[in-house]
Amino acid sequence: MKTIVQHRLFWPIAALIVLIIVNTIARPSFISITVQNGQLYGPLIDILRNSAPLMLVALGMTLVIATRGIDLSVGAIMAVSGAVALTIIQGSSDPNGLGTVLIAIVAGVLVALVLGVWNGFLVSVVGIQPIIATLVLMLAGRGIALLITGGFITTINSEPYRFMAQGYVFGFPFALYVSVAAVVVVSLIERRTALGVLTEAVGINPEASRLAGVRSRGIIWAAYAVSGLLAGLAGILYSSNIMAADANAAGLYIELDAILAVVLGGTSLMGGKFSLAGTVVGVFTIQTLKSTITFLGVPPAVSPLFLAIVVVIVVLVQSQRLRDVSNRISQSLRNRRANSEVAS
Amino acid sequence: MTMTKPAVAPNPVASAVQKFLSRRGSWVPVFAALLILIIMFVGAQAYFGNFLTPRVISSLLLDNAYLLILAVGMTFVILTGGIDLSVGAVMAFTGMLGASLLRDGSPVTVVVPVMLLVGAALGLGVGILVQYFGVQPFIASLAAMFAARGLAFMVSLSSIRVEEPAILWLQGTRIQAAPGSWFITPTGILALLVVVIGTLVLAYTRFGRTIYAIGGNEQSARLMGLPVVRTKLLAYTISGLCAGLAGVVFTAYTGASYPLNGIGTELDTIAAVVIGGTLLTGGSGYVLGSMIGVFVYGAIKSVISFLGAEQSWTRITIGGLLLVFVVVQRVIVARSSRR
Repeated sequence: MKTIVQHRLFWPIAALIVLIIVNTIARPSFISITVQNGQLYGPLIDILRNSAPLMLVALGMTLVIATRGIDLSVGAIMAVSGAVALTIIQGSSDPNGLGTVLIAIVAGVLVALVLGVWNGFLVSVVGIQPIIATLVLMLAGRGIALLITGGFITTINSEPYRFMAQGYVFGFPFALYVSVAAVVVVSLIERRTALGVLTEAVGINPEASRLAGVRSRGIIWAAYAVSGLLAGLAGILYSSNIMAADANAAGLYIELDAILAVVLGGTSLMGGKFSLAGTVVGVFTIQTLKSTITFLGVPPAVSPLFLAIVVVIVVLVQSQRLRDVSNRISQSLRNRRANSEVAS
Repeated sequence: MTMTKPAVAPNPVASAVQKFLSRRGSWVPVFAALLILIIMFVGAQAYFGNFLTPRVISSLLLDNAYLLILAVGMTFVILTGGIDLSVGAVMAFTGMLGASLLRDGSPVTVVVPVMLLVGAALGLGVGILVQYFGVQPFIASLAAMFAARGLAFMVSLSSIRVEEPAILWLQGTRIQAAPGSWFITPTGILALLVVVIGTLVLAYTRFGRTIYAIGGNEQSARLMGLPVVRTKLLAYTISGLCAGLAGVVFTAYTGASYPLNGIGTELDTIAAVVIGGTLLTGGSGYVLGSMIGVFVYGAIKSVISFLGAEQSWTRITIGGLLLVFVVVQRVIVARSSRR
C-alpha cells in the first residue's frame, strides 16, 4: 500500500479518479457510452476527443520543461499552422481533394516546425531565457496568423479536413488515434533510447552534462522543434474541429493549460526528471475538470477561477514547506503515541 | 565596452556619454531604448511630416497611462528576479469590481481605495505563494491571473458603464501643460507621479536598494542580513497595487469596465519593461527605462495607425523589438560576466 501511495503518479491519478467519481455521482450519464452507427458517443469519449490538441501540446511542453525551459509560443504556433492550412485549402480549386488537404496539413505542420526550430535556436544557440525567447513568438505569432488570414476568420468546407477532428475510425474518434500515436511515438523515442535520460541530464545540470559529453545544445534545440511540430499538429486538429482559422482564439491560453497539465503530472518546472504518463494523466484531469465546470452550469468564462484553485492546491501539495509541516505533525503524533506506550 | 560602441556612436556627446557608460553599464540598454524611440520619432516625422505634433506626443502618455503604471509595478517584481503575469487580469478585475460597486451606489471615496486594496491583496497572495511555499513566480502569478480573470467574469459577464463623475473627471479633464496643444489629463499626471515615486523609492530607500540586492544575488542578500522575505512580498504587493491603480485609470480611460479588458496586457507590460532595459534575471534596470519602453510601445502603435496598417503589426513589431533588445541584453550580460 505504501509503495502505491508513494508512486509519483499516485496523486495525479487519484485526482483524476476523484473527478470522474464526482461527475458520475452528480450526473450518472457521465460514464455512459452509447453506440450509434458503430461509433461511440458519450461524455468520456468527448473528453478523449477534445483533449487531443492539449495532449499534443502538453507532450511537447513536457520535453521542453524537462530541459529546464518553457514554451509560451505553442498557442500562437497553433494559430499559425491552422491559418496556413486553411488558407491553402481555401485558395485551392479542389477543397475536397485528399491531395489538397494533405498538402495543406503538411505545409501547416512544416511552418510550425520552422517556428519551433526558431525558438530552439534562440534558446540553445543565442542563449536567451526560454520565457523571453518564446514570448517573442507568442507576441508576434498571432500577428503573423492574422496577416496570413488577412484579418478575417477563414472558414472552409472540406470533408477530408473535417475528418481530422470529427471523423471516426473503428468506433473511436480519429483525433484520439492522433493523440495516442503521438504519445506512443514520443514515449518510444524518449524511453526506449537514451534520449530521455540525456534530456533529464541536461535539465538537471546543463553544465555538468555538457562536460560529461552530452550535446546539450542539440537536445534543447530538438525539444523546442518537437514542441513546435506537435503544436502545429494541434493547430490542425483545432481548426479542423471548428472548420475555421481564428487567429485570435485558436489555442488561446493553451500554453497555460499545457504547463498546468505537465505540472499536475508531477514534472517539476525546475527541469530534469519528467513523466510522459504523468502528463497524459494531467491532460485528462484538466479536460475532465473543464467539462465538469461546464456541466455545473458555470459560465465558461468563469472557469479560469476553478483552474486557479486547482493550481494553488496542486502547488501547495507539492511545496516543501507544507510537506515539512505535515511531516512534523505526523512525527509528533508518532512520538506522542510512543510516549504513551512507554508510560503505560 | 567595444561591443556597445556601435549603439552609442550616433550620439553627439559620445565621449562624455561613454565615460558615463563605462561607470554605469546598466544604463546602456536604457539609452539604447531612448535611441530607438528618437529614431522612431525622427523617422516617423520624416515619413509622415505631421507625426511630432504636441497632440500625438501627449496622447503617447495619455493613451498608455495604464500601461505605464503597470510597467512601474512590474519593474519592481522583475528587479527581484520574479515575474508577474497577473497584472492584466487584476486590472480587469479591479475595474469590474469598482464599476459594479459604483453602479450599486457606493461612494467613489470608498470604491477607489477598495480597488487599490483588492489589487494589493492579490499581489500579496502571489508573493506569499512565491516566498512561503516556494512556488515559482511564473506559476504563482499564473494562478492569480486565472483567479482574477474568473472573478472579473463572476462580477458580470457583460460590460458595465461608469457614470461616476469623479472617475470620468480623471480622463475627461484636459489641463494645458504648455503653450500650444500640450495637454495632460489627471490620469497622465497620476502615471507620471507613479513613475517619480517608483524611481525615488528604488534609488533612495533602503527597500529599493534591497530589491536590487535580491535581484543581484538572493543568497548573498540573505546572508548580508537583508530582509529578503519582507522585501519580496512588498515587491509583489506593489505590483498588485499598481494593477489596482491601473484598473482605476483604465476604467476612467474607457468609461466602462469589461471583463475581457487587458487580455495580453501582461505581455505588453513585460515587453515594455524588457525593452526599457530591465534584465529579466533581476538586479539591473530602472523605472525610467520602463517608461521609455512604454513610450516605444505607444509610438509603435501610433506609427502603425498612421500607416493605416493592420493593428496585428503592432504585436509583430513588439515581438521583433523585444528580440533585438533581449539579444542586446545578452551581449551586455556576457560582457559583464567576462569581466
